[in-house]
Amino acid sequence: MPPEEARPGTGASPSGSMMGSSPVPQAPGPASPFRSRARSRHGDLHRRDWAWYQDKAVAGVVLLGGVSAIVFILGIFLFITREGMGFLLHTIDFREFFGSPAWRPTFERSPTYGALALIAGTASVTGLAMVVSVPFSLGAAIFIGEFATGKVRETLKVLIELLAAIPSVVWGFIGLTLMNRLIIQLFDVPVGLNVLNAGIILGLMAAPIMTTIAEDALKAVPDTYREAAEAMGATRWQVIVMVVLPAAKNGLLGAVLLGVGRGFGETMAVLMASGHAIHIPTSVFDSVRALTATIAAELGETAVGSDHYQALFTLGILLFVVTFIINLTADLVVRGVRKGNR
Amino acid sequence: MFEATALNRRNVQVEWLFKVLFLLMTVILVIPVVLIMGVLVVKGHGVLSWEFLTTSPSSGMTAGGILPALVGTLWLVGVALVASVPLGIGAAIYLSEYAPDNWFTRAINLAIINLAGVPSIVHALFGLGAFVLFFRFGTSILAASLTLAVMTLPVVIVATRESLQAVPRAFREACWNMGATRWQTIRSVVLPNAISGILTGVILEVSRTAGETAPIMFTGAAFFLPFLPQSVFDQTMAMSLHLFVISTQVPGVPEELPYGVALVLISMVLAMNALSIAFRMYVRGKKKW
Repeated sequence: MPPEEARPGTGASPSGSMMGSSPVPQAPGPASPFRSRARSRHGDLHRRDWAWYQDKAVAGVVLLGGVSAIVFILGIFLFITREGMGFLLHTIDFREFFGSPAWRPTFERSPTYGALALIAGTASVTGLAMVVSVPFSLGAAIFIGEFATGKVRETLKVLIELLAAIPSVVWGFIGLTLMNRLIIQLFDVPVGLNVLNAGIILGLMAAPIMTTIAEDALKAVPDTYREAAEAMGATRWQVIVMVVLPAAKNGLLGAVLLGVGRGFGETMAVLMASGHAIHIPTSVFDSVRALTATIAAELGETAVGSDHYQALFTLGILLFVVTFIINLTADLVVRGVRKGNR
Repeated sequence: MFEATALNRRNVQVEWLFKVLFLLMTVILVIPVVLIMGVLVVKGHGVLSWEFLTTSPSSGMTAGGILPALVGTLWLVGVALVASVPLGIGAAIYLSEYAPDNWFTRAINLAIINLAGVPSIVHALFGLGAFVLFFRFGTSILAASLTLAVMTLPVVIVATRESLQAVPRAFREACWNMGATRWQTIRSVVLPNAISGILTGVILEVSRTAGETAPIMFTGAAFFLPFLPQSVFDQTMAMSLHLFVISTQVPGVPEELPYGVALVLISMVLAMNALSIAFRMYVRGKKKW
């Protein structure tokens, strides 16, 4: 796109491309040195009429909308830190928190706050979810992006979208009923609410976002790459393996990271399907309890401001920080690939 | 003409093999949607009736209908929309039409990505700390809806921004060249061309909001209330929490009852999604550029 110098209304010069995520017009640039003279001589170009003021007012109002996103994300951090601060400053023993599996906040004489078993629960469930869903999601992304055409493609995309729409409490209910019975019958174990159950449910929940982002990454590979490879006699499959996948690998990595973030933060499904036992799992048939599920299950029973209450907010801070890092990394990785391709 | 060599034939076979493999993977991924819907319909349709939708739970939530939960969910979604749609559309207009390409805009985008990525239970903690305790709204529809609004804000922003950016730049330039201000251009050219995309995003947000459970657990949704909420300062029941409660917390619930609740909930959510998808396809078919 050639550089442009359009002038909407007064003296602003929007430039920059409309494609991709970059915003369309630039904000009003620095005041032109000619502005004051121009106003008197060319009143038409640099007007200060009602429409001009209206435009400025709207710019201010919509800016508030944009700022609100920043305010909210800072607000989330501030408010959960505010509530969990006391525990973080006074009560917490970091060695116990990260090193002990004993989460016994309701013991009257000496409550212990070891989050290791909860961290292990979250890690095992998320890990299994990724083992299950990464191959399937990437496979589906390759099929939808590179093989499928027309109606088949549209239908599959709609179904993936509907998969993403199923509420997490319904997933939890499916884990509690269907999956539970299925696992008991198939593997002959006494309880079907375990790492396997929650992992599969979580894998299905994380799959749509991974498939969508991965397909975007495949689509971002320029067609000229494919055409060049095809011109040299490569089959479609060779093109995919040798050209498309290497070119899209950052985007695919970003997709997997977002899936990890999704699984890590999922609450209701994990709460209902994982069996709710505070325990470091040794097999996929062990019941576990995740960080998110612990907050959801216990917060209702705590008194505001108590150690237990503050400890749960500290778990929240941990969740916030980890998901923030995961999302930030995914964003950097995905944007890195976009810049490299241009 | 061409004599297929052994290598040739093998390449074709490999390609076919992988194509089928990936097709299978995709199908396995989408089967659960059909399967879940099927199971819920088969097991849950028995309890569905006009009475189920219009009466309160009774006998310690082991019988009766779901009226308070249904009405509560409508309240929560309605108030959340009022809060988040104007804010989200404003943010999207700013990002698409006004924002310069600088660190501040990047910070906003980063904040949006993170708002979407923060676990729902952390949103719940935020709602409890901010709206319930700090702003003293108490556990109420208002606090729960605001929590939901913050959580689903990215849905509106992203959908609106995309539909605004799908309006060709030439449309804007034509308008600017007539001497229109930025806002006049947005109002008379950009928004009319993007409104259907924005609506799609809003419908999607409704579906997302209706299904959320964790954010409302401690901010405004109650296990059981025998009456309907009268104002935004009341507590309320909600469909999603009701499903959680009767399937895990209440003993002696007949087996088909939670299936019925799940069926109603998922029907609401998927109907909204289907509407949004159909709307998008209709609009895409009508577009001339």
